[in-house]
Amino acid sequence: MSRDFDAIIIGSGPGGSTAAEILTEAGLSVLIFERGRNHLIDLDNPAVLPQRFSNDELKYITRHFLGPDPWAEPRTFRTSAADGDRQVIGEVNNLPATVGGGGVHADGKLPRFRQDDFLVASELGAIEGANIADWPVTYDEMEPYYAQAEQLIGVAGLAGANPFAAWRSGEYPMPPGPPMYGALVTSAAARKLGYHPYPAPTGVNSIAYDGRPACNNCGFCAYFGCPIHAKGDPVAPLRRALLTGRAELRPQSHVSRILIENGKATGIEWIDARGERHTELADRIVVACGAMETPRLLLLSGLTSEQIGRNVMFHMQTFVFGIMPFRVHGHIGRSVTHVHDDHIVVDGAARAAAAEAGLPWIKGGLVEHCSPSHMIAEAKQYPWGPQHKIMMRDSPMRDRLLGFCMQGDDLPQFTNTVDLDPAVTDIWGLPVARTTYQLHAHELVASRHHGARLAQIMKEAGAERIMTATSPKTTGDLATSHSEISQVPISRHVAGTARFGADPSSSVCDPWGRLWEAPNVMIADSSLFPTGSGYGPTLTLVALCLRNSRAFAA
Amino acid sequence: MPAFLTPLQYSILEAVCARLVPADGAPDGAQMGAVDYIDTLLGAFTFTPPRIWAGGPFSGRFGGAASFSDFEELSPAEELAWRTRVEGSRGIPERERLGPVTGLQETYTRGLAELGREFLALDLAARDARLEEVSDFTRLVYEHICEGLYGAPEYGGNRDLAGWHYLNYEGDVQPRGFTDAEVSEA
Repeated sequence: MSRDFDAIIIGSGPGGSTAAEILTEAGLSVLIFERGRNHLIDLDNPAVLPQRFSNDELKYITRHFLGPDPWAEPRTFRTSAADGDRQVIGEVNNLPATVGGGGVHADGKLPRFRQDDFLVASELGAIEGANIADWPVTYDEMEPYYAQAEQLIGVAGLAGANPFAAWRSGEYPMPPGPPMYGALVTSAAARKLGYHPYPAPTGVNSIAYDGRPACNNCGFCAYFGCPIHAKGDPVAPLRRALLTGRAELRPQSHVSRILIENGKATGIEWIDARGERHTELADRIVVACGAMETPRLLLLSGLTSEQIGRNVMFHMQTFVFGIMPFRVHGHIGRSVTHVHDDHIVVDGAARAAAAEAGLPWIKGGLVEHCSPSHMIAEAKQYPWGPQHKIMMRDSPMRDRLLGFCMQGDDLPQFTNTVDLDPAVTDIWGLPVARTTYQLHAHELVASRHHGARLAQIMKEAGAERIMTATSPKTTGDLATSHSEISQVPISRHVAGTARFGADPSSSVCDPWGRLWEAPNVMIADSSLFPTGSGYGPTLTLVALCLRNSRAFAA
Repeated sequence: MPAFLTPLQYSILEAVCARLVPADGAPDGAQMGAVDYIDTLLGAFTFTPPRIWAGGPFSGRFGGAASFSDFEELSPAEELAWRTRVEGSRGIPERERLGPVTGLQETYTRGLAELGREFLALDLAARDARLEEVSDFTRLVYEHICEGLYGAPEYGGNRDLAGWHYLNYEGDVQPRGFTDAEVSEA
């Protein structure tokens, strides 16, 4: 069988698209496989971006248009083996299965990590029960790739606005977009109490950029595809890769197995939309399926490392909501325009709270200033009967609601895993990814400590009533102050299941993201992350992919 | 002409929707199109393409050529999943991979049969009491009413945009969008 392409890329999200851009730029031909459908880009004429996405809550939120369908391609979840084989079948942390992957539905917050996020073991130290390791790369080495990633995607932000940020070599490519009214209210309150909110670095155009228009504030941002392509990630790198003429993208093509012989991948097996199976050969394979589907594919391919699928991390999300005595119109603007980093810094108060719980330190996460915008979701929370319209008009759970969402750092644990479910299969007959996951005490203590501080800010902002909730749910002595949003973590920030490192006995990939077991396979997603940080993973995984793909192309 | 419901089922569901979202200054749930939304979902596969996902990018309500009415084609996998959800697994092996699935059509047929013609003869307080008794079915209908009233009208509900108008909600605003001042000011 012939080798028609130099490289095969599995997954067309931010990681796969970035790899496609770098490999084609280096002169290689690439074939990109995407299990989902293509609504993002005209494959015959990638210079012109088609407009197919829409402002439609039913389509995107209620009826999962971007996939995966939770019945056709489910995942399973349990907290431990004591729960049996699984507790939940269906939607578990689903990122879109569509051309563009998670980049399509994200609202594009693209922060960098800080220096100490790469050196948690050596700078903050070990915590019992957690499998903390330093990254095999430092911030100083990553900085040029961060700068390039911001340019390639198109990130709007304000250099110097965040006093806790790591050093940067230049300005953001674009200034921040317009601040949302609700975020101005919560930011003012936060500043008054000594916190440091700043304009969220966002991969949404504030001015025309890279041949795409400025955002027009339609409000259908997080969870929706952008009808006018004002979001840059990942359409920008994907378009450049396709325009070289050396890339082909194959949607609705599900890769079921990487073929590996004697420590070398030779190609892949894939299933087309009608269920027919095919083989494609290549000398280089890039796996960019996301931190749940990537370990699943490695396990389906017969790879044997004990480390595959270990250390799965989400963000421990702590929500603090305040019902305001005025309207906040959270449906106007780009979902989140302000964030603050104060809770990421391990300060004296955090150390004291940690010590009280017998921990050496706790770390919170980026706090997003948000306000809900989904009207159908709001309506379903209210009771039926005469109360329905009274509540809808008064809108305490949408148009008068302001919120903080802390993306709390989640420590890696060896016993938190993604593996193959022993019985549940997808429509192609393949075992699905099963998550086994429990919070560490660190996340509970950090959520309680920082949740209380966020509630103070919400009070300062003038909230009539304040509610705190978490995802996933909390249990035990530390859970008393919080109510649950869901049993399964709803954070789409998932990482850690094929970590990279210098020692093959404690990592899946080498310091350049290549499988120890088959070095012509490179992982290009957040599976690589040894620790999670309190920041969303996307910009970091793109920057890492820029670095690793250059080496992989050589 | 309903896509799925019989005239009797339609009448009972109208009465249910009018109780779950009663009229105040604004019309009741049935008058705002909830029954037609549910009927369109139950009968989605009587249309080509099926009425699962409206098209894009624009509805035409704030400019641009209207395209929401051009519903998306489904892939074979998507059609299998949605037919299973709407029609049920009915003993068809490929629909029973995860076990038998009761379809929405059957759930509605049974739920409305349980309320029966006699529901229409009850006074309003007795109707509410009856809906409390069949709470699982009531919850399902209520969630569908919420989708029907506040979703885009192309899905069969939100008649004359009544669900958005009584709340002064703009709905889908592309390609017009909002001004920077509308984003930032109270």
